[in-house]
Amino acid sequence: MIELVSPERCISCDKCIKVCPTDVFDRGADGIPVIARQSDCQTCFQCEANCPTDALFVAPQTHPQPPFDELALAESGLLGSYRAQIGWGRGRTPGSLRAVGPALGTAPITS
Amino acid sequence: MQELSTDVLVVGGGPAATWAALDAARAGVDVVLADKGYCGTSGATAAGGTGVWYVEPEPAAREAAMASREALGGYLAGRRWMGRVLERTYDIMNELADSGSYPFPTGPDGRQLRNGLQGPEYMRRMRIRIRRAGVRVLDHSPVTELLTAADGSVAGAAGYRRQEGHGYRVRAGAVVLATGGCAFLSKALGTDTNTGDGALYAAEVGAEMSGMEFSNAYGIAPEHTSVTKTAFYSFATFYQEDGAVLEGAASQGGRSVIARALLEGKVYCRLDRADEAARAAMRLAQPNFFLTFDRLGVDPFTERFAVTLLAEGTVRGTGGIRITGDDCRTTVPGLYAAGDAATREEICGGFTGGGSHNAAWAMSSGSWAGRGAAGYALALGAGAVGRAVSPAGGAGLRPLGNRDADAREVIRAVQGEVLPYDKNYLRHGEVLTGALDVLDETWARLRSGLHGTGREVVAARQAAALTANARWMYRSALARTESRGMARRLDFPEQDADQHHRIASGGLDRVWTRPLTAVAA
Repeated sequence: MIELVSPERCISCDKCIKVCPTDVFDRGADGIPVIARQSDCQTCFQCEANCPTDALFVAPQTHPQPPFDELALAESGLLGSYRAQIGWGRGRTPGSLRAVGPALGTAPITS
Repeated sequence: MQELSTDVLVVGGGPAATWAALDAARAGVDVVLADKGYCGTSGATAAGGTGVWYVEPEPAAREAAMASREALGGYLAGRRWMGRVLERTYDIMNELADSGSYPFPTGPDGRQLRNGLQGPEYMRRMRIRIRRAGVRVLDHSPVTELLTAADGSVAGAAGYRRQEGHGYRVRAGAVVLATGGCAFLSKALGTDTNTGDGALYAAEVGAEMSGMEFSNAYGIAPEHTSVTKTAFYSFATFYQEDGAVLEGAASQGGRSVIARALLEGKVYCRLDRADEAARAAMRLAQPNFFLTFDRLGVDPFTERFAVTLLAEGTVRGTGGIRITGDDCRTTVPGLYAAGDAATREEICGGFTGGGSHNAAWAMSSGSWAGRGAAGYALALGAGAVGRAVSPAGGAGLRPLGNRDADAREVIRAVQGEVLPYDKNYLRHGEVLTGALDVLDETWARLRSGLHGTGREVVAARQAAALTANARWMYRSALARTESRGMARRLDFPEQDADQHHRIASGGLDRVWTRPLTAVAA
């Protein structure tokens, strides 16, 4: 679930508010998005992928977690890691250009 | 209340919806697309990635492609439909490549690999394309009901703009429902927008479902997480709690073993059959698969991790709104269905459409439905949007009794009947009957007492849609007293030659089923 909006990194572009498919965010009084409906979060990581300043962190668990430490996340390289991997952002190569998957044998691929 | 009018209204925001909108616009009509979430991130495709049923037009290759799932699907698919989906998908994927609309990777032989798409990139670019084609996109604007003309044909829809805080209506010549399947808010990746709303709205104007018994797909994910990427678990070995190998468990053909074991305790997994090359390729192909592991601090290739099975309902099942023509029309004039909202039995029969087939179906059926709806609207002429219309919505909007039902409570009740493996995955007639009784009672309660206003109307309608889908599902599962495709019954383990037919279903206060005896074409 979405666990962190970093007020230091956020530039109040409202992009996460716009792209969240389940409408989890509200605009805060100071312009920083507020996680208003966390239980509606479907852990799809799309807000993170679309954040231009890597200000968001989605934990993989589908239930709320204890608070995350922004500094530790940044140091571990997890902040913005999905956006980097799919190659979004200035100067990056779209990840789809490198998406040559493994051979999965003859069984029908069903997902 | 915002009032709009258009020739074609597309409901939904995933691949089927965007292809419908694009091809309707290219047919020269005015198009509005209304999505519950955000067109570009909504739905099962955008959040993940998908193989695509892209097969070169060589007779032997096409024949093999068509034959590959026929037996698995219980011989309920149709060769003619498979052929036209293969052809349309091939054209569409080539169009994406040739127009620079998607950056495909290059394979080891120097040729582009056009048999897969990364969801975020694909859907981001589809949004751009439809906007360039002049489609008006309404994001965060869940449709809550259809509008009908005096003759019963569909003439638009009403909804709620949840980020603006007001209602809206779109009068349209024709409507395409591309709202996705129904995964019962299981939190399987990207599916919480897929609550079967389109099927409810279709049923309220008299449309039919088909194949709703093929609705018990479950995807593998690490415990307590969302990323269901079952294909990669073909590299897995599954283990019991004590470290012993769970015999018979497999991603393909052994998932029920996992379900049974999960009823007793934990199941662990390790992707220890992937060699170095496969490991690297998996990361490049589907980076989101590794998000979960990287953030849990688990190396899935060397460490065991607990897994779960998440219900994917009709998203990876094949049931949905019954279509009655090559242009994906339904039994109701002016109403078209595409993607996972529609039945995919035409190409999958009763086997899962997950992955390549559903992706091919979404783009093909979307494209056909968009053109079909455009033609229908053009034939109606300019007077179409001046027709007198009535709202068709019932449950959750216009309660028949005292307003004492709660949407969250309804959702919990439905989930209690459709998510458990020992009810929906490992199906038995007695258990299904008991579950259906609870669901019927839930429907009666919500039909009488569920009422949402403002943004709560969306939750109320979702609760009603989940209940309706669950009832068609179990009623159809009970009608099929055999095992065929994914609709397996513990009490009828064999396939029965006399039941080689599809099953239509429908109705709301009274749910019905009917065998469709005409052989698939």
